Amino acid sequence: MRVIVIGHGMVGHRFAEALTDRDHSETVQVTVLSEEPRPAYDRVALSSFFDGADEEALRLPELDAERVDLRLGVAAESIDRDRKVVVTTDGGEVTYDELVLATGSYPFVPPVEGHDAPGCFVYRTLDDLDAIREAAACAQAGVVIGGGLLGLEAANALRLLGLAPHVVELAPHLMAMQIDEGGGALLADLVTGLGVTVHCGAATTRVTTDPGTGRVTGVELADGTRIDAGIVVFAAGIRPRDQLARDCGLEAGPRGGVVVDEACRSASDPRIHAIGEVACLGGRVFGLVAPGYAMAETVADRLLGGHATVPDADLSTKLKLLGIDVASFGDAKATAEGALEVVVNDPVRKAYGKLVVSDDAKTLLGGILVGDASQYALLRAMVGAELSEDPSVLITGANTRSGERVLGVGALPGAAQICSCNAVTKGRLLAAITGGEASDVPGLKACTRAGTGCGSCVPALRQLLESAGVEQSRAICEHFAVSRAELFEIIAGAGIRTFTEVIESHGRGRGCDLCKPAVASILASLHTGDHVLDGERAALQDTNDRHLANMQRNGTYSVVPRVPGGEITPAKLRVLAEVAEEFGLYTKITGGQRIDLFGARLEQLPRIWRRLVDAGFESGHAYGKAIRTVKSCVGSTWCRYGVADSVGLAIELELRYRGLRSPHKLKGGVSGCARECAEARSKDFGVIATEAGWNLYVGGNGGFRPRHAELLVSDVPRSELITIIDRFLMFYIRTADRLQRTASWVEGLEGGLSHLREVIVDDSLGICASLDEAMSRHVSGYADEWRAVLDDPERLAKFSSFVNAPEAPDPMITFTSERGQRIPAPSRPLLPLEPR
Amino acid sequence: MTILVSEKTDRLLAVVPTAALRPEQGAAVLLPGGTSAAVFLLHDGSLHAVGNIDPFYGAPVICHGIVGDRAGAPTVASPLGKQVFCLRTGRCLDDPSASLPVFEVTAADDGVIHLSMTGNNREIPVGQS
Repeated sequence: MRVIVIGHGMVGHRFAEALTDRDHSETVQVTVLSEEPRPAYDRVALSSFFDGADEEALRLPELDAERVDLRLGVAAESIDRDRKVVVTTDGGEVTYDELVLATGSYPFVPPVEGHDAPGCFVYRTLDDLDAIREAAACAQAGVVIGGGLLGLEAANALRLLGLAPHVVELAPHLMAMQIDEGGGALLADLVTGLGVTVHCGAATTRVTTDPGTGRVTGVELADGTRIDAGIVVFAAGIRPRDQLARDCGLEAGPRGGVVVDEACRSASDPRIHAIGEVACLGGRVFGLVAPGYAMAETVADRLLGGHATVPDADLSTKLKLLGIDVASFGDAKATAEGALEVVVNDPVRKAYGKLVVSDDAKTLLGGILVGDASQYALLRAMVGAELSEDPSVLITGANTRSGERVLGVGALPGAAQICSCNAVTKGRLLAAITGGEASDVPGLKACTRAGTGCGSCVPALRQLLESAGVEQSRAICEHFAVSRAELFEIIAGAGIRTFTEVIESHGRGRGCDLCKPAVASILASLHTGDHVLDGERAALQDTNDRHLANMQRNGTYSVVPRVPGGEITPAKLRVLAEVAEEFGLYTKITGGQRIDLFGARLEQLPRIWRRLVDAGFESGHAYGKAIRTVKSCVGSTWCRYGVADSVGLAIELELRYRGLRSPHKLKGGVSGCARECAEARSKDFGVIATEAGWNLYVGGNGGFRPRHAELLVSDVPRSELITIIDRFLMFYIRTADRLQRTASWVEGLEGGLSHLREVIVDDSLGICASLDEAMSRHVSGYADEWRAVLDDPERLAKFSSFVNAPEAPDPMITFTSERGQRIPAPSRPLLPLEPR
Repeated sequence: MTILVSEKTDRLLAVVPTAALRPEQGAAVLLPGGTSAAVFLLHDGSLHAVGNIDPFYGAPVICHGIVGDRAGAPTVASPLGKQVFCLRTGRCLDDPSASLPVFEVTAADDGVIHLSMTGNNREIPVGQS
């Protein structure tokens, strides 16, 4: 069976995925035509593009390339229903047995004067967003026509681009499709507080333009109001993209859309199906992703011989607009006969909630939540079920007298849908948990897809895991029942300086290879000046820290002196060469722009370091969960393209943070221009020079799971940049888990990057002063720990090979050679090494 | 190469000055034949000695492992692969196919301890051909 999908948006993507997933016979050939030159992305999260996310972060999971022929940048030109052929814009023809239209919609632009002037935009695709971003650079204010869901998203985008946004809405209140007047009033109030000017009940009469350039200068409203603005964004609704269907004679609905039956089959041609925003089902077009997904699943089922029909559309929505919760679900507008409304409007908490219940006040029908939608996932799932509590109690989720939470996921029936984006029921989730398929939220996401859409049900997933008795343990090990972050607070708060103290007061047993290095790292982070090998602390150090060198597979060590920013004099290079020759060390250039010397025996380390320290080298902490390097490109000093001195900044940063111990290793990078030759965005913190200052990206990673760092702040001056990096590092050190890189730490932060920005830029938690103080203590407390070893006989004694023969080389360690250098002789392990 | 330690009688392998040991840390002891043992002085003053060769890598590194306990039994973790071994039995608690030889440690009067092998007639493989 040959299936063609026209359109590679979220719904078309889901269809192709569902079809190939379910086609166990593997006889279906799928061709997907994608007008956009890029694979499908999460359009619902489009606005996060302005909040630091990039195209990659929005991309949907890749389709199985062996089963699906995805043609990017190729659109359908026409459909020849007689020959069952789709003619494509690249001049080709593709034959189908079944054709699925998933062309989506286009933004409706009201035909007011000036609507097509330069400076007018729609808000639909990544290209639209790019164009808006470009135009925003030379505008002060922007007008969004349309105060619905998309309009408010667009307003937020303009705000993030530094423009003063105006929203013009024809209806008497914002988000008229989803919420009522009371909710709309509170929403307008909250939005205004964020700097958005709201004009409701206002019609746009024309877009004014500059007579000379023709560019947008603002808009005029019916009441004579004039708004000056350099950008106008139309977000006044959508229209189905049904032209292809009309051209080949398929029946269209009165307000557009391909008329389909309950199986999404065209009323005019049983071989053609329409799904998503291009379908007109029961006389309606649905502009939300959840009904589109339901249609995709239905058609996939039908094509493989099933009998599915599209379930009643769930039009529930929950979103965080400009940080404000807005949700509506079920019969939000109380259209059912005799429906009663219970409203709680709390002007102090800035929260508005309405529940719609049946005429006998026993069944929940729907509701609206503005300002606080914490109860959304549970209330939505309760629609149609009998009320367990007084409705006003349910809205706030707490018994106002006792303060106890009254509604939990446990109160829901098994058939209740927890994730409405992917139609996952509580029963399915429980089966996954009890059947051992998943034991945490990521596991549930992977095996049921719940929580992978809008994400609003993630708290409910967590509750479900807890209620099913799956302990979401963050305990470090059997000796400490607390997480690393909690242990950090305990140690810092109580001023504890030794492992014995902390395990006796807050742990049990004698510790292990998990908790000991964790405590050692915390103590080192808190007390930079104390030597890691002194007293009891020596016994806590992990493999490499124990001898301040990297243990290699044959029991020898490698030595990596610091080369800040990768800048090194010929004289120092000569010293490295001499040391390597004298001790027979294998040399290799590292990825962090320095030189690694391999094959030193334990008792040789002090002599090697004596030479290095005398030549002005210091420890590079390549052995530590600590700052490693700050990599740099050559920058404006030499480079024709460089706009700033990246080497100078990299050296400053590396010297500032050297010796800082952290939950895992830390790497930095500084690029002198947008060409990004230092690969800074693959680092924990990456800095890229701009014409106006520096952009800071955080949470990048190479390694096992590569991740690009995300933009935290842009165009900041050097001093502000350093303060923000200081706080980023200290906040990470305080709150991350053991061996958690910044990439996964940033991903796991509740509230994500914007929360991080609130904490370390806006000081929302009031902790910036203490983060700053901690960093300044680190900077002033730093001393080279290798020099400190050489100066102290007690510490030096730790570098002997045998207690009964301190200077004897271990006869077990032998070498051979390869490509002119010394390498470990092949060992014969007693057991095969298998990945653990 | 393997070392076969004699069968019946106790055989003194090494003499170690106690002053060289640090609590909760290991130290390597050079044995006749070129292999080594890892001796540990624990917080309660007890002494343990096991083979120093990590059986997974064939490298002499067990003495550098972190000591601790698992379910109450004293342990050392290999610094290379982090497999945990029981200091009393030498058994690897993470992989039943692996173990370390165990040596007898006795404190002598004059500030030294004696390391010996008590008739358990086992091969001490040294991980090299």
